Amino acid sequence: MFEVVSNEILAENLHKMVLVAPRIAKARKAGQFVMVRLAQGEERIPLTIGDADPAAGTITLFIQAIGASTRKIVSTPVGGFIRDVAGPLGKETHITNWGRVACVGGGVGTAVLFPLVKALAEAGNEITTIIGGRSERYVILADELGALSKNLLITTEDGSLGYKGFVTGPLSEMIADPARAPQAVFAVGPVPMMKAVANLTREPGIETIVSLNPIMIDGTGMCGGCRVQVGTETKFACVDGPEFDAHLVDFDGLSDRLTSYRKEEAARHAAEGCKLAKEVAK
Amino acid sequence: MSNDLSPKERMAIDRVHMPELPADERSTNFEEVNLGLSADQALSEAQRCLQCKTRNCVAGCPVGVSIPEFIDALACDDLPKAAQILRGDNALPAVCGRVCPQETQCEALCVRGKKGDAVAIGYLERYVADWAMLHPDRLLKEAKPEPTGKSVAVVGCGPAGLTAAGELARMGHQVTIFEALHDTGGVLRYGIPEFRLPKEIIDREVAVLAELGVTIECNVIIGKTLTVAELSEDYDAVFIANGAGLPTMLNIPGENLKGVYAANEFLTRVNLMEAGRKEDSATPILQRDEVAVIGGGNTAMDCVRTARRLGAKRAMIIYRRGEAEMPARIEEIKHAKEEGVEFVMLTAPIAIVGTEDGWVSALRCQKMELGPADDSGRRRPQPVAGSEFDIPAGIVINAVGTNANPLLTATAPDLKLNKWGNVVADEEGQTSIPGVFAGGDIVRGGATVILAMGDGKRAAAAINEYLKR
Repeated sequence: MFEVVSNEILAENLHKMVLVAPRIAKARKAGQFVMVRLAQGEERIPLTIGDADPAAGTITLFIQAIGASTRKIVSTPVGGFIRDVAGPLGKETHITNWGRVACVGGGVGTAVLFPLVKALAEAGNEITTIIGGRSERYVILADELGALSKNLLITTEDGSLGYKGFVTGPLSEMIADPARAPQAVFAVGPVPMMKAVANLTREPGIETIVSLNPIMIDGTGMCGGCRVQVGTETKFACVDGPEFDAHLVDFDGLSDRLTSYRKEEAARHAAEGCKLAKEVAK
Repeated sequence: MSNDLSPKERMAIDRVHMPELPADERSTNFEEVNLGLSADQALSEAQRCLQCKTRNCVAGCPVGVSIPEFIDALACDDLPKAAQILRGDNALPAVCGRVCPQETQCEALCVRGKKGDAVAIGYLERYVADWAMLHPDRLLKEAKPEPTGKSVAVVGCGPAGLTAAGELARMGHQVTIFEALHDTGGVLRYGIPEFRLPKEIIDREVAVLAELGVTIECNVIIGKTLTVAELSEDYDAVFIANGAGLPTMLNIPGENLKGVYAANEFLTRVNLMEAGRKEDSATPILQRDEVAVIGGGNTAMDCVRTARRLGAKRAMIIYRRGEAEMPARIEEIKHAKEEGVEFVMLTAPIAIVGTEDGWVSALRCQKMELGPADDSGRRRPQPVAGSEFDIPAGIVINAVGTNANPLLTATAPDLKLNKWGNVVADEEGQTSIPGVFAGGDIVRGGATVILAMGDGKRAAAAINEYLKR
């Protein structure tokens, strides 16, 4: 059992949750994740470890509550418990001093980006962080990321904050400017965003790393559900990743596999919604 | 009651038939297929044993169960004694009585099998183990071992780990099992379906270990949460039994289409996560009318029979050799056939065909014929030119095997591995690191529950010797 010691709402449907997990806090490196199962009968969900405090024995998870399982997880109050948290899983991010690095985050991917930015900053990189969301209220962690970055650029699709448009706008301007062009790019977010970033950096040959979040069951390499085509090889995101060379990832294949259970999930979502409505009616 | 029939009287008794749920009933649910023997059936079957001096059956058992002795106690209607003998040799008798391939082990060597049918040793083992579970108050009390003050870490809560833990606890050592998943049993729980091995059996076997003082910590992934080196520091010895790992890919086109499962994923969803088992299960599973399972082992049988139970109208085994070459237990093949599973033999997959929107629609195959025997002694299948054809399928399950899991070994640089990434261990389980032992599938690649248990038992004896030094 893993105790919840804090649970705050960062943006609509986005929670920052701190859990007591001393072994994971001690072992964890940037880029790794945990498998979380709220209670008996619930799903196993992979969640990136956003941060950790080995001295306090806690880990921080950023959780986007969009499915039935994640909504239940974020509804756990402070002092409540999560039954199963296993990790840290996946490979740690390869951190080196590239010089100028662009870190690009979209939606909840911004939260996954946070530990990478922190580790890259500690390694002495000059970081430009570009984060985006649909509108102002979906832009998260701006202050935290700003504190670690030389430049922080914000984009919103409706122009309610920062640049109007997508994260690829400011990134392509950076790439085009020899004085600002990055030596490496880290991108985490929705698959179409990561694909667009990979397409921008392919031609100029800028090393680009993306963090993938495919469907997983065990997270330890056993089930093979998280397989993704990387170049000519089939890789398992849980043991070989979750970070890969963006220029080799088959994003279309990844996108497609993510829809495998759309019908089943919609049915469950609807059923949970009904249950909730009935409870409220009582 | 005594067991003093003449050999002639024993020879006159026919082998018992295991009572089963009717095939049409069981192929729609997950109830256990084999119902177990009645007391009369068990007694009569026990009397078939000739109590021969050669005891060939014992040599055929990877954990060396004292078979004639427990059968004799059973024939004398002394069930507490039979249970005590069995439990003394085998940490998981209720499991072995259900999933061991007896026909290639103990029963294959039974003298009665030379002319007629071998004694149904597996059925008797199950009978005694099930009786013991139902009658804890009648079991002979185990003497509490003197604590040795030594501690052992066991990595993995599957058959090898559970066996080693039980043996070591009975020797007086303090044992902690670390399990990566959220529940106990390893492959017994996530891999073997309930119609072969009910979860209640695993729970009870695990409870016996808890009574012996074994601690089980779930959600700890050795190699990630803690390393082997950390375990070596905190414990006097370590036994690595973390099991098989990554599924072996087929490396044919279409493997990443939606609806293609590795056996482990399909079985884990249904067995461990209960997908498709109840109306509102949190973990989803795809259900289609036509399911093609590639492979001929027990895992393939488990997948195809599970698919049938989830509602597949056509559940098919696709195997590149013939039925005689199938590694699956004879009983699993028989049960699968009774349940309406189709066996498409001498057929090898060459591609998985999909729809425009990325769903599986068919398995493209070619016919095979058997050539001369290969290294494994089985006749090698060869493709028949121009024999390609498509089998319509909405789900394709790859049950051809697994590769070594790299999680533990990646952070244990001193642990010697073979070229496939499996841990190198000697007959007693000793690895290249002093005090670190290993057994089960992480050493063997893909093998059976009972071979893993044999490894656990031998390693426990070796660890006991090591701890005396």
